Amino acid sequence: MLTAITFLPLAVAAAVLLLSRSAADRLFVWIWIVTATVDLALVVVVWTVFDPGGGVAFEQAVAWIPQAGVGYHVGVDGLSLPLVAVTCVLFLAVAVYSLRETRRVRSYVAVFLFLQTVCIGVFVALDLILFFLFFDLAIVAMFFVIAGWGHGRRARAAALKFFLYTFTGSLALLLGFIGLALAAQPHTFDIVALTDANPVAGRDGYAALVLLAIGVGLAIKTPTVPVHTWLPPAHTDAPAAGSAILAGVLLKMGTYGFVRIAMPILPGAWRRYAIVLVVVGVISVIYGGLVALAQTDFKRMIAYTSVNHLGYVVLAVGAAGTLAGSDGQARQLAVTGAVTQMVSHGLLTGALFLLAGVLYARRRRYDMSAFSGLAAKTPLFAGVTAVAAFGSLGIPGLSGFIAEFQILTGSLATQPVATGIALLGILITAALLVWALQRVFLGPLRIPDAPGAAAAFPDLHPSELVAIVALLALALAIGVAPRFLLDVIEPASRTLVDLVAR
Amino acid sequence: MNQNVAALIPEAALAAAAVIGLVAGSWLPRRRQWAVRALLAGACLIGLAATTVSIAADRPELVFENAFAIDAATNAGRLIVFAALLLVICLSIDTVHAHKRESEFYVLLALSATGVLALVGANDLLMLFAGYMLTSVPTYGLVGFAKDHLATEAALKYYLIGALLSVLMLAGVTLLYAAGHTTGYSELRPALADAPTPLAALGILGVYAGLLFKIGGVPAQFWVPDAVDGTPPPVAAYLTTLPKIGGLIAAYRVAHQALPASPVNWPLLAAVLAAASMTLGNLAAFHQTSVKRLLGYSTISQVGYLLIAVAVATRSGLAQQSLLFYLAAYTVTNLGAFAVVAHLPHASRIDDYRGLAHRRPLLAAVLVVCLLGLVGTPPTAVFVGKLEVFTAAIDGGYGWLAALAVANTIASLFYYLRWLVPAFQPAPDDRLADPLTPAGPWSALAAYTAGAGALVLGLISGLALPLAAGPLR
Repeated sequence: MLTAITFLPLAVAAAVLLLSRSAADRLFVWIWIVTATVDLALVVVVWTVFDPGGGVAFEQAVAWIPQAGVGYHVGVDGLSLPLVAVTCVLFLAVAVYSLRETRRVRSYVAVFLFLQTVCIGVFVALDLILFFLFFDLAIVAMFFVIAGWGHGRRARAAALKFFLYTFTGSLALLLGFIGLALAAQPHTFDIVALTDANPVAGRDGYAALVLLAIGVGLAIKTPTVPVHTWLPPAHTDAPAAGSAILAGVLLKMGTYGFVRIAMPILPGAWRRYAIVLVVVGVISVIYGGLVALAQTDFKRMIAYTSVNHLGYVVLAVGAAGTLAGSDGQARQLAVTGAVTQMVSHGLLTGALFLLAGVLYARRRRYDMSAFSGLAAKTPLFAGVTAVAAFGSLGIPGLSGFIAEFQILTGSLATQPVATGIALLGILITAALLVWALQRVFLGPLRIPDAPGAAAAFPDLHPSELVAIVALLALALAIGVAPRFLLDVIEPASRTLVDLVAR
Repeated sequence: MNQNVAALIPEAALAAAAVIGLVAGSWLPRRRQWAVRALLAGACLIGLAATTVSIAADRPELVFENAFAIDAATNAGRLIVFAALLLVICLSIDTVHAHKRESEFYVLLALSATGVLALVGANDLLMLFAGYMLTSVPTYGLVGFAKDHLATEAALKYYLIGALLSVLMLAGVTLLYAAGHTTGYSELRPALADAPTPLAALGILGVYAGLLFKIGGVPAQFWVPDAVDGTPPPVAAYLTTLPKIGGLIAAYRVAHQALPASPVNWPLLAAVLAAASMTLGNLAAFHQTSVKRLLGYSTISQVGYLLIAVAVATRSGLAQQSLLFYLAAYTVTNLGAFAVVAHLPHASRIDDYRGLAHRRPLLAAVLVVCLLGLVGTPPTAVFVGKLEVFTAAIDGGYGWLAALAVANTIASLFYYLRWLVPAFQPAPDDRLADPLTPAGPWSALAAYTAGAGALVLGLISGLALPLAAGPLR
């Protein structure tokens, strides 16, 4: 089942490449939409059948390179299933949004379908090498998205920086994986087996080195301060659809790696160095917020808020590793909040990046100072952006609140100082998002001219509207009735907290 | 005394093809010299079949007074050599077809490949040296094949360095003989345990100097960029792959069979050479704009990764399978990249590749697979090779070498991408001549085959790795 969900887009991508180049652009996008819908429907089926208390489900294990301890092993549990679902939702939204794409649509659709396969693959993989394979291929696919459909010449430099930076991270990860596999007897890369074995227990120095390699690799991907510098240019110069996927899905691979690999397999080292994660998380929260505040470029600003939002996740997983002065319930709350934040950030930031794309599609620029008073001209655009921005700053009623509330409550017991500082981050993001809304949408109407663009500044097109509203509706659903999501996550985070505490 | 001639059918087939080809080539009219090519391809197929039989029989043995070993490493090496030779033949057809020296080209190829096979199985220092000479001498001729000033310079440089290092190697063999009173590996192993250390150390140094020349590793790498740049792509493809197979398996066999008991710290020597090769190769490749020079330097860095496996030959049980698998992966991937170069002979600079993705999407895909493959992106074959080699390095206590190799892998990404990025850009409008004119269908076939091979070998590595395991005789 999971194999079908994972590889369906890849199969369709191959089929798309066999189709004639001269077929209508819309046909390709519709093929993509249908594929993404089918994939999402399959995930919904998995979700309904899934038993949250039953641990890893839908497992499938086939020997692949047995001599090296590598297998094809997939499965989902409460930590990965929500991320698989949000991946499928985002790809469907991006597909609908892309109905207006006109540049080399056949290759565009093929690359995105390929990207969907590898993104789902990362979250269902239960083998370190399989995880690494998808992790790496996601970088390759995203490189082509940015270089091929990004904005102008700068895009290629941004793509190169993105590739080199995140590839460095992935190779650090690989070293750590090899270190883990060699510590286990027999050598294996299987995540479930390694989790059971706790292979580096009692070897403190070795465990620290392995955690360092894995931690650096994942931190670059997340990204946290100080290894976040690839993110702003990559986002600014990527096409809107690419940005939405990059922020919504690819960044989660880093934080997901923490809860899937680093915490359960290296519990001892994780507990010992949890404070480092807490500090890095808090710095990311504050620094990301402050730098976002200073941006004049709408898209760059959202990119920096990602650093801020994922900082909360890092804070939470760090707090979950601090045993002293906390009970299991608080730590569990922190982990649940972290996973919820990944889902919520995927939906809301995905929506915000698509909205930034709306701006770019009309005027080929993102600088907020050029626009003013758009609310009068484009009420829909203004309204939807306002909802997304308020959701992003954590207003109750949307998913961001549920996530951040749990993270802060869960972390407060063990890390009161850090949590107190992180609370300030919410204030900063609130200020900057409201300020941005005010600059762009309120005040006297001012729309810059753009060479080569139509003079009209139309409101949201139906395809844009459907794509973005769907994401926001889901965020609202989680904000109002979160149980359907939390019921899935909570048993898994309880298991994880127990694993870390052993 | 085992004199089982049947065990050497693969080597004999190739040697026979060379001799018959030499004679027949003198009489064949120019347009019908393809018969020599067919003969050589036939010999490769016979070799593949005989090797398969040998693998299925699974009877490792030493033949001809223990001078030649038939074991897992030999058979894996033979498979790689024959498959690689078939690919080289395929990608050279467009270049040398109906050339006035076509049959000479194939004969030299066959002779040199026979030498590679001799290196692969050599279990005696004299056999090793004979294989070394047989591999080298025909390639001196091949490098000068184009007969223009670049080729002449490259051939001269290649010949002089080769001659110098062959003398060093012979001196090394002599010293080891003096130290151990024998040239057979199995007898050298106990003898070197209490041989005078300086004597053994110098001997090992000499033997390795020769092998380093063969594989194009630092510090004997100076000929590589010139030879690769100055020769037609098929010759460059041959030079940067097949001799490496022979040289590295030979180096591994010497290390694993003859040196374990020696007090000389040769693993450290190999590790330092590995580190130097990958680092210098990468640094030099950074600012190349000629695709052939870039590939030339890239092969130097790849040798560095391969030498890691030699360094841990006796320290990790994974060394042998990692070396052999990496060799197979590297061979098919590198040949794929050279096949693309051979297919587009007028695109000599990186910028000439602009517009490739639009005009020839499949060829661009091959380039992506092969170049990202050389980086070690999963799921290509080189990734599995690197995974194995890094694992072996950490397992063997050379964690720093694995870390350095990872750092180098990242650095290498930079120049491979410098080549890939233009391929996906639109072609400039002001081109006078079209650099993307294809040479012919055969080199394209070779490119597609190698590109698919680089991918498939990675996916089925679980089936291929057992072939690389199995003890040495």
